[in-house]
Amino acid sequence: MSAVPPEAAINVRQLWKYYGDFPALRNIELNIAPGTCLALLGRNGSGKTTLLRIMAGLMRPQKGDVRIFGNDPRHSAARDAIGLLGHGIGVYDELSAEENLRLFARMYGLANPNEVAAQWLKRTALDHVARSLVREFSRGMRQRLAVARAFLHAPKALLLDEPFTALDDRAIALLQSLLAGALKGGATIIMSTHQLREAMELATHVALLNRGKLLFHGERPVEMIQDPTWLYRTYGEG
Amino acid sequence: MRYLRQTLTIAGKDLRSEIRTKESLNAAVSFAVVILVLFSFAVDPSADQIKEMSGGLLWLVFAFAGALVLNRSFARELGNDCLDALVASPVPSSALFLGKALANFVLLLIVELVALPVFGVLYNMSWARQPLLLAPVLLLATWGMTVIGTIFSALTVNLRLRELMLPMLIYPMMIPVLMAAMRLTTLLVNGEAIPADDQIWFRLLVGFDVIFTSLAVTLVDVVLVG
Repeated sequence: MSAVPPEAAINVRQLWKYYGDFPALRNIELNIAPGTCLALLGRNGSGKTTLLRIMAGLMRPQKGDVRIFGNDPRHSAARDAIGLLGHGIGVYDELSAEENLRLFARMYGLANPNEVAAQWLKRTALDHVARSLVREFSRGMRQRLAVARAFLHAPKALLLDEPFTALDDRAIALLQSLLAGALKGGATIIMSTHQLREAMELATHVALLNRGKLLFHGERPVEMIQDPTWLYRTYGEG
Repeated sequence: MRYLRQTLTIAGKDLRSEIRTKESLNAAVSFAVVILVLFSFAVDPSADQIKEMSGGLLWLVFAFAGALVLNRSFARELGNDCLDALVASPVPSSALFLGKALANFVLLLIVELVALPVFGVLYNMSWARQPLLLAPVLLLATWGMTVIGTIFSALTVNLRLRELMLPMLIYPMMIPVLMAAMRLTTLLVNGEAIPADDQIWFRLLVGFDVIFTSLAVTLVDVVLVG
């Protein structure tokens, strides 16, 4: 097995993942340089979520290896570096917005959890409902809180699974500005998405998965700016 | 130090959530009281019979009511995919486990401390005659039940029939701790001294707690991540 390239933020080598006998990921090889934004594309069931979950250390592959800044995804240094925004919002309904953010700030070992929580509540325009329980929030407010939860420890790598799905306009604008800011600050972003237009505004690289196989990985083709579906038509299977 | 802070953060979060919702505490306390009340109606035991069965009755009530608390331990993380956020965070799985176990331990103790006076009133027993010996039995046996229940709660969290599976898995595992607790509690609530032969049950409780806590702390990452 080859060594991890020193410049790789995230390195995936010969990765296989099976669900029973079904290979969800087949021999995936990916090198993602720091400061890039990779849009992970593919139809439903292509293996995008599985790949992101393995990168986030939520499951282990049967074969192969993932390195996050040179560490195993389960290593605390890797987990310190990751911000995850999955399908669920990952915050507690029975806690207030402020309590949720304080909780995660403490879990990430941040120095001033109260200050960080207050800062992010303001940035996500939730400061007026800081003490309200999340269960009383609208969907858009819950999504904004989830974004704050994923960003509050200034992660070096952001793993986003369908981040624009079900977001309202305000949350999309907020997320895009935060992602643009993070990218500018040198963070590495990997997002699986079906919303190509939103993703193409940020993506510097794209990867296309089909039935667990990586069909394309590289810089975002210029054709995709005009026609986001170009990659599907050129490399996808129908 | 960070490890301890993370453990206490998780425990605090679980306790706060439970105090807000009371979803498992209300059910467990009600269940314990109802069983004690029903049992007092169902049988009309003599004072000697009550003496003999006191420890057994109490720990069966604690174990059944406790399963209601333990079942929710990891299941409460499923809403909004909070378990993913926890597992992906830098909190070590062992700290996550210990935090949850600590919260469950406190909740189980609350159930026990409510059930004990009810037992005393209904069965005319002055159960607190040897509090300094009864307290370590309660603490050690409750921790043993908590450790088993919490790790199996993590194991069954993604099962559709987890409410059914958890009791089926944990009760056989709890047999040693329940046997020890029942024997010692029977002696202590009756105000009897613990004979030299029965001191081994104390050692069993300590040994059980040490072994199963170490095993659970070691295995919990595999249980959660695979």
